Amino acid sequence: MKDQRWISYGLAAAGICMLLAGLARGEAADVMQKAVMICLECIGIR
Amino acid sequence: MHRHPLNPRRRLVQFAAALAANAHLTGFAEGRIYQGPVKQVCVPFLNCYSCPGALGACPVGSYQVMLAMSGHSVSLYVAGVVTTAGALGGRLVCGWLCPFGLLQEVLARPRVCRLPVPRPLLWIKYLMLAAVLFLPVLLINSSTGLGAPYFCTYVCPAGTLEAGLLVGLRDPALRALMGPLFIWKVAVLAAFLVAMRFVYRPFCRTACPLGAFYGLFNPVSLWRIRHDAGRCRQCHTCREACPLQLAVDRSPNHPECVRCLECVRACPTAALAFTARPAPQDQPVDTERSKPRAAVKCRLNN
Repeated sequence: MKDQRWISYGLAAAGICMLLAGLARGEAADVMQKAVMICLECIGIR
Repeated sequence: MHRHPLNPRRRLVQFAAALAANAHLTGFAEGRIYQGPVKQVCVPFLNCYSCPGALGACPVGSYQVMLAMSGHSVSLYVAGVVTTAGALGGRLVCGWLCPFGLLQEVLARPRVCRLPVPRPLLWIKYLMLAAVLFLPVLLINSSTGLGAPYFCTYVCPAGTLEAGLLVGLRDPALRALMGPLFIWKVAVLAAFLVAMRFVYRPFCRTACPLGAFYGLFNPVSLWRIRHDAGRCRQCHTCREACPLQLAVDRSPNHPECVRCLECVRACPTAALAFTARPAPQDQPVDTERSKPRAAVKCRLNN
């Protein structure tokens, strides 16, 4: 199989772009808002 | 049984990552979770954010919760973290960083933990991945308009262990709310704990949605295992060293590979390498340099 590093670079670039776009949308704060609460679903409580 | 002792450096990295991700040590003593600003950071591996020691957020839980909330939005932040990690190293995160992967390896009995997993069970993790990606927005409570993190609710044994047992059981108010669902989750956790004794990483191989996701990146990640066919003696030492018994020489970047890199360490001819550089047979041929060599070969044949 020929080496196709451009696929790896493309995926990494796409990942970084998504990450930055998410940060720009303020998603880190949304993640934190949920993560600082005890997750009842994770414990097994509905 | 492993012929080669496990890489102590990898074990050290695994413990360091587990400690770094769960460095809120007072939380374990008090049964309380960390609520500081570092919780904004999404870690690239499975680590329940309701673990009393967790400093960061679990990507599986965070993604599902964002999708289940009223806006039903896909979290680009979480998707970006895991896509970047996958594009760089595929399942390297599973083999070197994941605390739940470490737990499975620590609990394994080395002489008997290589029982094979029936092939159909290996596909369950892709169903789990689909459930994580789509169920929170497909199964919505009609009265509230909200979905739920269904993988966390019904399956995730890491959540049961870290949040259920370490936080839930110690809190009288939460303990009072526990019912059949908690018993189900404890049963799932118990089943995996028993399986860990006999099968190498049973959760990663059968049920982890993140492992399924990263596995898709294995063949195309920037850093991957390169097999130099010119150096390979077909001794199959790599297959014997592989805890998953994969045919590494034939498929060095199999989606099931957790990138423990024991095969690379064991290869007696250095035919395997974990690198971003292509293997010699995959490198583009320099036509200008190859012409004279071809001519010499013809002359020798004559």
